Amino acid sequence: MTRTKVRMRRRKRKNGKDLLFNVILYLLMIGLVLVTLYPMWYVIVLSFSNSTDIAKYTGLVLWPEQFTLGAYKMVFEHPLIVNSFKNSVLVLLGSLPLSLVMTVLCGYFMACTGMMFKKLVVALILFTMFFSGGLIPGLLNVKDLGLYDTLLALIIPGCLSVYNAIICKTAMEAIPDSLKESAYIDGANDFQVLFKIVLPLVKPTLAVLALYYGVARWNDWFTASVYITESDLLPIQNIIRAVLLVNDVSLSSAGFDNFDQYSEGLKYAAIVVSTVPVLCIYPFLQKYFTKGVMIGAVKG
Amino acid sequence: MSRSIAYKQKARRLAAEGGRPGSAATLRKRIARDFKRHKFKYLIVLPVLIYFILFHYKPMYGIVIAFQRFRASVGIAGSPWVGFDNFARFLQDPYFWQLLRNTFTISLLTLVFSFPAPILLALLLNEIRVRWFKRTVQTISYMPHFIAMVVACAMIKAFCQTNGIFNDIIALFGGTRANLLSNTSLFYPIYILSGIWQGVGWNSIIYLAALSGIDQEQYEAARVDGAGRLRQMISITLPGLLPTISMLLILNLGSILNVGYEKILLLYQPLTYEVADVISTYVYRKGLLDADFSYSTAVGLFNSVVNLFFLLVANKISKKMGQSGLF
Repeated sequence: MTRTKVRMRRRKRKNGKDLLFNVILYLLMIGLVLVTLYPMWYVIVLSFSNSTDIAKYTGLVLWPEQFTLGAYKMVFEHPLIVNSFKNSVLVLLGSLPLSLVMTVLCGYFMACTGMMFKKLVVALILFTMFFSGGLIPGLLNVKDLGLYDTLLALIIPGCLSVYNAIICKTAMEAIPDSLKESAYIDGANDFQVLFKIVLPLVKPTLAVLALYYGVARWNDWFTASVYITESDLLPIQNIIRAVLLVNDVSLSSAGFDNFDQYSEGLKYAAIVVSTVPVLCIYPFLQKYFTKGVMIGAVKG
Repeated sequence: MSRSIAYKQKARRLAAEGGRPGSAATLRKRIARDFKRHKFKYLIVLPVLIYFILFHYKPMYGIVIAFQRFRASVGIAGSPWVGFDNFARFLQDPYFWQLLRNTFTISLLTLVFSFPAPILLALLLNEIRVRWFKRTVQTISYMPHFIAMVVACAMIKAFCQTNGIFNDIIALFGGTRANLLSNTSLFYPIYILSGIWQGVGWNSIIYLAALSGIDQEQYEAARVDGAGRLRQMISITLPGLLPTISMLLILNLGSILNVGYEKILLLYQPLTYEVADVISTYVYRKGLLDADFSYSTAVGLFNSVVNLFFLLVANKISKKMGQSGLF
């Protein structure tokens, strides 16, 4: 047997192995996709179903028995759900600008050099990542400041994440020093440098941070469960929790005459309506997300 | 031109360091000069500092109630001091060992099962040659990360109900239907598997980023030597990921007591407290539901201090191993 023949046979065997490898690989990935998507699809199907069908569903549910929009109509009219949506939107609108401003200020200071007290200030900021007062001291503090049972308690206390500030700082450090230097030489002060030179250059990072903050705020239920007791101040996640997980509140019929028909679907429709905005935005920003995570994790 | 900028930079640097070396500026003068030179920078950080003092350092002062029998009506100033009584109570609490055991069990299970999952996914994604397929899988696998914890737990609950899909499968094989979430022996599998579902895609991002830094010529060399795809994955890709893996492992060890208490709070029930109750959830129950403020704060402080200890140890180890460490 000549050498080339041996080599060819070896290559053939290897190709067979690689083919098997590929088949397994693609099957695994398709499996992952299905397992990821099915639970979401299940919720969507239930949200388009009526209560009697939901009680009957068994096994893999792929399509609503009788397609109906009744539950969605009810979501947009149910006072408790509509009100909690309003609260969530208010909190989002209030906290996003505040969070971004604070993050930019914090990041800018951490990216500057030469200040005598920089080390001390940065140490004070970083220490809070590793140690905190804890649940009850935080609660007493919020009560003390008069924020308890107000939407401000959901906006102010957690408005600055040190982790995000570090991402911001890293982006600002990537700006060439000469740009800032020349502005200083022209007589600009730090505010002008920050707003005219630094901010326009870190816009993509700010977009990512806005999304991080926005998603975290929108999905947060814990803060409200500690700081809010009034049920008409609760954000949407807490309503979903109360209705679907704790069962301590059942949605009132609120004057709907066909309430029972859609009471089950209503829960799932609320989930869909609360989740869709987040899931719609993120594919467009996926590549920025990746960048932000990398910076934070590798250089943080 | 460039020289003039260099001189200016040098002058600025010297000024920032408090004048020329050798000029005998007193500390007070140096501080005054520093504040004057950097007044805008300090002004910029002022709101940030106020925020941290008001919402992080002031609550830290509130920890003193762990050493008191706190009554809200009289506040910290009027409450009687009790020394370490609350801590002693916790150590003698019949729940103590159970809480500690559950916390460490859940942490270790997460480390053993949830930690390697994204590494595996990144390795597999890296092998996909069809670009659009890879991108689609990635985009879909990130999705669960954006689903609210409450919603994810509501889905888990729906699937685990007696008429949920898991019970349908059990019934198909002749088992009896039961609420899976009230079964103590199923709590960990449910917690861990759903955790992987939620995080595997998102957590693989960092490994995929590290993969792009691997020298492509190594693969070329391996191919010449006749190494198959699996062999390349094990001998080139995996070692290329090791620095990232060890860094994240150390970070994880440093927060070993920080189990996902939000998720446990949403999923557990009195029937499963025996295996699911961890220190953080106990703090939440004692503090918010039983309003035992001092005791809850003491337990929370215990948790924070142990955590801080682990973090420092992990940091030390990482420095010993030649990694950069956190601080």
